[in-house]
Amino acid sequence: MSTQTIHGIGASAGIAIGPIFRYETREYSVEERHIEDTAAERARLDAALAQAQAEIQALAGQAQHDGDSSTASIFEAHAMFLSDPELLEQVRATIETRHVNADYAWKEGTEHYAASLRSLGDEYLAARATDVEDVATRVIRILHRAEEQATRLEEPSVIVAAELTPSDTVTLDKQKVLAFCTARGGATSHVVILAKALGIPAIVGLGAAADHLHTGAQAFVNGTTGEIIIDPDEATIAAYRQQSRILARSQSEAQEKAHEPATTADGKQVEVVANIGSPGEAADALAYGAEGVGLLRTEFLFLDRDTPPDEDEQSAVYSAIMETMGQRPVVIRTLDIGGDKPAPYLDMPEEMNPFLGVRGLRLSLAHPAIFQVQLRALLRAGAGHNVKIMFPMVATREEILAAREQIASAQAALAERGANLTPHYEIGIMVEVPSAALMADVLAGVVDFFSIGTNDLAQYTLAVDRTNAAVAPLADALHPAVLRLIGTVIEAAHAQGKWVGLCGELAGDPLAAPVLLGLGLDEFSMTARSIPLVKQVIRRCTLAQVREIARHVLTLSDAGEVRAYVHHQFGLEQTPRMGEIQGTKRIVETAR
Amino acid sequence: MATSCDVVVQSKVGLHARPAALLVKTAGGFSSRITVENLTRGTKPVNAKSILSVLSTGVRMHDQIRITADGADEEAAITALADLVKSNFGEME
Repeated sequence: MSTQTIHGIGASAGIAIGPIFRYETREYSVEERHIEDTAAERARLDAALAQAQAEIQALAGQAQHDGDSSTASIFEAHAMFLSDPELLEQVRATIETRHVNADYAWKEGTEHYAASLRSLGDEYLAARATDVEDVATRVIRILHRAEEQATRLEEPSVIVAAELTPSDTVTLDKQKVLAFCTARGGATSHVVILAKALGIPAIVGLGAAADHLHTGAQAFVNGTTGEIIIDPDEATIAAYRQQSRILARSQSEAQEKAHEPATTADGKQVEVVANIGSPGEAADALAYGAEGVGLLRTEFLFLDRDTPPDEDEQSAVYSAIMETMGQRPVVIRTLDIGGDKPAPYLDMPEEMNPFLGVRGLRLSLAHPAIFQVQLRALLRAGAGHNVKIMFPMVATREEILAAREQIASAQAALAERGANLTPHYEIGIMVEVPSAALMADVLAGVVDFFSIGTNDLAQYTLAVDRTNAAVAPLADALHPAVLRLIGTVIEAAHAQGKWVGLCGELAGDPLAAPVLLGLGLDEFSMTARSIPLVKQVIRRCTLAQVREIARHVLTLSDAGEVRAYVHHQFGLEQTPRMGEIQGTKRIVETAR
Repeated sequence: MATSCDVVVQSKVGLHARPAALLVKTAGGFSSRITVENLTRGTKPVNAKSILSVLSTGVRMHDQIRITADGADEEAAITALADLVKSNFGEME
């Protein structure tokens, strides 16, 4: 038994360990045969289509019953394909005029449509092509009088397949699925959506490496990094089991103290707050001990709709969050989207490289009408609460000045209406572009605070696209290059009496906490469920110790060295590589 | 004599997903032969009652399409289909 490691794209976070179950999609070989009685052959096709239609209705019903509406709607599309008049006419004509067998004619017809959908170069239509193939296989299976392959999982397993369609996954007992690993597929595949809904890891795009995964072998799957260790040695398995036990124990200890402040052993208190992306998450954040909201993402209000949300709608949503938070600070980030997330009403031209295009604050400044509506809505909702406004993707001082003017106009418009406003709001920016970090001393003059977005800062600094499996592991925000920029920002801000937060995933990584604390970070903003553990780590620190750690890591040469050093110095040996174990959604978040 | 009309698709997903399904279902309610062609991309007219054909026209947001109906209820069909597209598919979403 030899240990081997392979890599794919981590598409749904988390880790799992267990035996591999290879799900083999049954291949039906379809050969052209001469048919004399074409009427009988057409009747055979019609009977198969009727049975397929009945199966699909049953599956749609089951998915609906399971509350899985995305799968249900896919089966509804299958049903429409099955009764498509052009497809059926073509297939029947093929049987009639060429005297060929029904399965051959059906395969030819469906392949024609799948190919034509795929040729349009559209991700959505390519997914429909897969649906056409899925429904095609169902009918051929029926024509071959084969039973639907009922997959019985004897034990909880890691499912490995070339690709998994809804017809495949619907037959699996989800209780026994530990993780999904597929050779094909991307971040928007059906299987990824399903994995996220189930809260289990998924790795896609393994390519030929998937051939190394055999039924019965053990696999250690890390959906965060996209790494699979095949037949890990006993020591690795034991370490994993021990880690999970210790993690579970320290989690429960940490949860007990979640509502106590994060104060170092020598008395320095820092703020620990939550990143949230919808009103529903506000109450959860408080339950995990959040002292406020360090990042309220507002994109959820703007995406997947044909018109932008109006002032009243936005204001009502922001108000609901403010009410939950009371007088705790809430940092609202204005719209942060770009050309990769088209909102139709913005009419954005296609960009070669949307991550370097019109996104974040640039986009808001380019659409002042939409920006004004958002600013008025959040100023209204902020009245009587502790609201702070933050702009994303800022690269220059001019952008901040332009944004401040926009706030002034929004305030003037509200004042004219006689609206009741809180006189002062803190205004800050995300620091996620290297130019903003390097110019922090200049920018500090025109803001009240900085919040460092380490996901993008690492991506831009290290020139790594974290949705690209080939380079994703290099985008570790603990790289000294990123840490040096963080240090620069904090120093520049403190010199001018401004505070600095960090709302990237790094803030929720227990291994990073001592480093960030040592660099002087004032506010840690993270996914709510990371809060208890990070608070616990901070409580174990002393300033003298973490300052020394921070000073030293800036002299190291890569992220691996930083991790190893902190690990050793801080004695986090009980919870090694915790960032992965608790399943921070490193890659998924970038892809989103 | 066939009846036809040209309309611009405003749905952000073009003629994909639900808009495509709604168009096909609406067309299926008429006895006339109905076709749709994507003028922007210059595709050939295809059967508007066939979901696979409609998807294959690859209509995206802002594309102009021509709907043509030929048959006893052609005028009613064009009115219904043009209204559907102009209303942005009943403001679904």
